[in-house]
Amino acid sequence: MLYRETGDFKTTYAADQQTFPIKSERYLFWTAMAFAFLVVPFFINDYWEKSVLVPLLVWAMAALGLNILTGYCGQVSLGTGGFMAVGAYACYKLMTAFPELNIFFVVILSGGVTAFVGLLFGLPSLRIKGFYLAVATLAAQFFLVWIFNKVPWFYNYSASGQITAPERTIVGIAVTGPNAPPWATYLFCLAIVFLFAWIARNLTRGNLGRSWMAIRDMDIAAEIIGVQPMMAKLSAFAVSSFYVGVAGALYFSVWLGAAEPTEAFGIDKSFLVLFMVIIGGLGSILGSFLGAAFLTLMPVLLKNVMVGGLGWPTDLAAHIEIMLVGGLIVFFLIVEPHGLAQLWRLAKEKLRLWPFPY
Amino acid sequence: MKLSKLAMATAVAAMVGTTPALADLVFPSLSYRTGPYAAGGIPFADGYADYFTLLNERDGGINGVQARVLECETGYNTQKGVECYEATKGEGSLIYQPLSTGITYQIIPKATADGIPVHSMGYGRTSAANGKVFSHVFNYPGTYWDAASIIVNHILDENNGDIKGKKLALVYHNSAYGKEPIRTLEDLSEKHGYDLTLIPVDHPGQEQKSQWLQIRRERPDYVLMWGWGVMNQVAIKEAANIRFPMENFIGVWWSGSENDVVPAGEGANGYKAVTFHGVGSKYPIFDEIQKHVVDTGKAAGAGDQIGSVLYNRGLYAAMLAAEAARTAQALHNTKELTPDQMRDGMEALKIDAARMEELGLAGFGPEIAVSCENHGGPGLGAIQQWNAGEGEWTLISDFGPADREIIDPLIIEDSMAFAAENNIPERCN
Repeated sequence: MLYRETGDFKTTYAADQQTFPIKSERYLFWTAMAFAFLVVPFFINDYWEKSVLVPLLVWAMAALGLNILTGYCGQVSLGTGGFMAVGAYACYKLMTAFPELNIFFVVILSGGVTAFVGLLFGLPSLRIKGFYLAVATLAAQFFLVWIFNKVPWFYNYSASGQITAPERTIVGIAVTGPNAPPWATYLFCLAIVFLFAWIARNLTRGNLGRSWMAIRDMDIAAEIIGVQPMMAKLSAFAVSSFYVGVAGALYFSVWLGAAEPTEAFGIDKSFLVLFMVIIGGLGSILGSFLGAAFLTLMPVLLKNVMVGGLGWPTDLAAHIEIMLVGGLIVFFLIVEPHGLAQLWRLAKEKLRLWPFPY
Repeated sequence: MKLSKLAMATAVAAMVGTTPALADLVFPSLSYRTGPYAAGGIPFADGYADYFTLLNERDGGINGVQARVLECETGYNTQKGVECYEATKGEGSLIYQPLSTGITYQIIPKATADGIPVHSMGYGRTSAANGKVFSHVFNYPGTYWDAASIIVNHILDENNGDIKGKKLALVYHNSAYGKEPIRTLEDLSEKHGYDLTLIPVDHPGQEQKSQWLQIRRERPDYVLMWGWGVMNQVAIKEAANIRFPMENFIGVWWSGSENDVVPAGEGANGYKAVTFHGVGSKYPIFDEIQKHVVDTGKAAGAGDQIGSVLYNRGLYAAMLAAEAARTAQALHNTKELTPDQMRDGMEALKIDAARMEELGLAGFGPEIAVSCENHGGPGLGAIQQWNAGEGEWTLISDFGPADREIIDPLIIEDSMAFAAENNIPERCN
């Protein structure tokens, strides 16, 4: 079977502690990555890029960020949309102010700016938690969107208040703007998401991640055993906002190419990412990807089947899609409250014991 | 991973299952029959579809080639709009009418790169009227800036040409769309000496108490409105509540449909809006639609929108697209068109009064002549007024011009800035 451990012996601590301790799973992962990096770029067209793969990567990045904060550190946040807006506007300002700066560094710096803003809005978390913190971050959502609409400096005094991403290249290949080839934008996003998912995975396995989880599980007990709540909470806010900011920068510059604060970064985006995290699995890196895949691909798939495949009227399909996605969310949460990641974990468990379960 | 692969496989299967029937003229319709703006999206989409159905049923298409409307639901959502654009462009789509300023901004660069024309009729990026910079974007027959100027002209007419010291307030949707007229109104206020108060309303606009309180306090002589969807009807109700004189309340063309005034009942009587096409169903074409589309059971949607303001606008949009296709067919001496040829057809589009009469739309809209330099068309507009007793809109003025002296420099300035940002060389030289 797929998940045999027989003969897969660990002789060092490092081998025992690795992310994918089972050999077959490791191979599966690397095959998938090789496929994503080396095969997909050759077959990708505009539709797959703009409607399926890049959205998936961008939302996965945002979900990773929120998962660090909510899933690992237990701080509920409804400000994701606002922080994505910070990332996008930081990206826009940096792109236009420093045209020579490589887009990769622009994206990273946008994450840095967002980390700082997230830190500021994380300060109340030292005093309040749970629903109260959710409301404080909700305020961040509304405040940030409002300020990007209000202050013309953020959109370079353009008449409409809309921001548009100019063309930026990496080694001569456009990755933003209308002339960017699909494979380039896809690979750019994939590389960034791969890198930061890797970092996130290792952060959560280390000292910092353990202190986040201690705070999440019981903050008083964590404090007694020597975790500094301030450090843990603020670092979670900063790291999480960094991820969300990078997601916002990619969302604006690579995926959409133009954005308007109210529509692109509304409260519904915060909810969307929160749903991704909950459905995918709180406190799981894989869960962030599964949740993002579920909520971005499902509607596209349903639409293609109902309108493209069955030829139904578009409004009927749209309504059925809303109902189906909503129903599936409820169904999943009832059947598996720990999310898709837990389903995957259970499936693996079953496969490892098959055909002789205890 | 499992799920995404399954999704991809099924999506591929779904896409392969719908290989396009060749030898059609494909007109994608990015409609929104769901979501917060559905009330405005449904009649437009119905009108757009019905006109092409009429052409197919009555004339066997456009010069003998069937027109195919590819409808894709955007829900007025930018991301879905982008998805629709990418999903339909491979099917030989000739022209995109994004029907949302947000989506228009989004697909202008992409469509230009793909060589597919965009017709943002009376919305979208106003400075796209400069064809020297925007090769593939058209916004004839009029732009927001024209609309703003035509409203001010109407106010000037009512005051014998002198509005010095009058107070105008602009109630606008706080988005790219709502902000469009601000610069024009500011420039016009310098010229004519009126005071301008800006009153933003945040999306979606269901809550406007404080804005109307401000209007009640400052008592502007005229209120202009740049709203869409639920915001309009709330504003008109609020205006009626504070007994603001409705004939001094003038909306842009997206704030002047039945959906906006009917909820306010009698209170909306006298409300005005600018328009770039005729109102009502007293044009000969509606008999044809009744005969060939409604009676044969081929009407789009529920078939209950015929003759409403936004239905007429959808019909008008479809008519302009079909005429551009005819022009392109004549220009390139071919029946089947590519998007590039369609673009040429749009640029060479000329519709005079005689042609309008042939189409059964005599007097429905101004004469249109598009050129390489001017993609914004004539920029004419009329004022329509709501009669609550009769339950209908009536045109109370002719199609008049905007103040070109103010608007043309603004268009040049904004489009040149865009050209400089994006390294676009000038065309038409």
